[in-house]
Amino acid sequence: MATETIKDSHALGAGRSAGKTSSSVLERRSAIKKLLPDNEDTLYVTGLAGAKGDVLVLIGADNPRVYPLGGAMGAATGMALGLALAQPDKRVVCVTGDGELLMNVGTLATIGILNPPNLSIVCVDNEHYGETGFQPSHTGQGVDLAKIAEGSGIQAVRTVVTEADMADATKVLFESNATSFVLMKVGVSDPPAPYRTRDASYNKSVFRKDLLGKV
Amino acid sequence: MAVTASAESAASDWPDALYELLIENDITQFTYVPDAGHQVLIDRSLADSSIHAISLTTEEEGVAVLAGAHLGGKRGVLLMQSSGVGNCINLLSLMTGARFPFLTIVSMRGDFGEGNAWQFPMGKSTQPVLEASGITCLRIDTPEEVIPTVTAAITMAFQADAQVAVLLTQKLLGAKAFA
Repeated sequence: MATETIKDSHALGAGRSAGKTSSSVLERRSAIKKLLPDNEDTLYVTGLAGAKGDVLVLIGADNPRVYPLGGAMGAATGMALGLALAQPDKRVVCVTGDGELLMNVGTLATIGILNPPNLSIVCVDNEHYGETGFQPSHTGQGVDLAKIAEGSGIQAVRTVVTEADMADATKVLFESNATSFVLMKVGVSDPPAPYRTRDASYNKSVFRKDLLGKV
Repeated sequence: MAVTASAESAASDWPDALYELLIENDITQFTYVPDAGHQVLIDRSLADSSIHAISLTTEEEGVAVLAGAHLGGKRGVLLMQSSGVGNCINLLSLMTGARFPFLTIVSMRGDFGEGNAWQFPMGKSTQPVLEASGITCLRIDTPEEVIPTVTAAITMAFQADAQVAVLLTQKLLGAKAFA
């Protein structure tokens, strides 16, 4: 598989995020590396666009332990729930964005009442819809997804705004006896992402082959 | 017309037989939005400690959950009413695009004998919309068809990675009574 770095979004030109700001200055790619120590027992489901790029940079573009969405916006947390229930001995980390999570925010309530302890959710919140041109999302205008997660019954919830918040958030994500949720506020940027095919069936097959030994 | 004892039994017992068929076929994740037509399946899955009964806030979550279950090597089913089909359409692209096995059992409203006009739009569009989204629809009108039809749907979904909706019509379920 090609590993060259290309834009992982529609070709709308560089600098799409120029001049946009959020409530944090964390750089998303380096922040996710600090927040999520990867190991070979962790499985990932990602939202589309920015969150997908974050995980591909974290674990490698060709890594089979991730199912990256390229569409079906709003499906990431639900997929991660089904996977976590199916694989209770594996850590399942869902990395999604604010826009993707807002589209199906009720899934947090579905997860809250089931509370699988092996499920960790990270929302990388840049307060914008990056995929469509960095229009502002609700989360820069007073909507707090961490409070929604708490109100949905998720027991282990943290918000990260600066590097000082990270060590505790990492501990919560990987050591909680309950489903965990970390809202990581990041700055607005549009970093290049490594190439990964959007072939949904191929990505399903390599994930299953790696995890189950069969397609 | 006289009804034989066995026919009477089939007429009333099919929901339990259907639950047992799903269990025998290793379906362990029952995703649902509460619905009278699926009451036996929902209640029995909730009471079964070996089953994950997953109460959804909207039906499209169930589509995503079933995709995740398959990634993890498990089987699931989505139980919903025809009105819920309308909530699922974009996420069905995940199932057809990736060829995830997809089994949903849909209790129909807005068809035979419906007494609530609000149900007619989705009642009319459920099957065309599912088919336009790439989902194969199998309709059931009588109790005798339930087990053979769902058996066929299970084979199509889990052996052939097909996306299948079994539609339980109001001829089978009866129309909800309204005062």
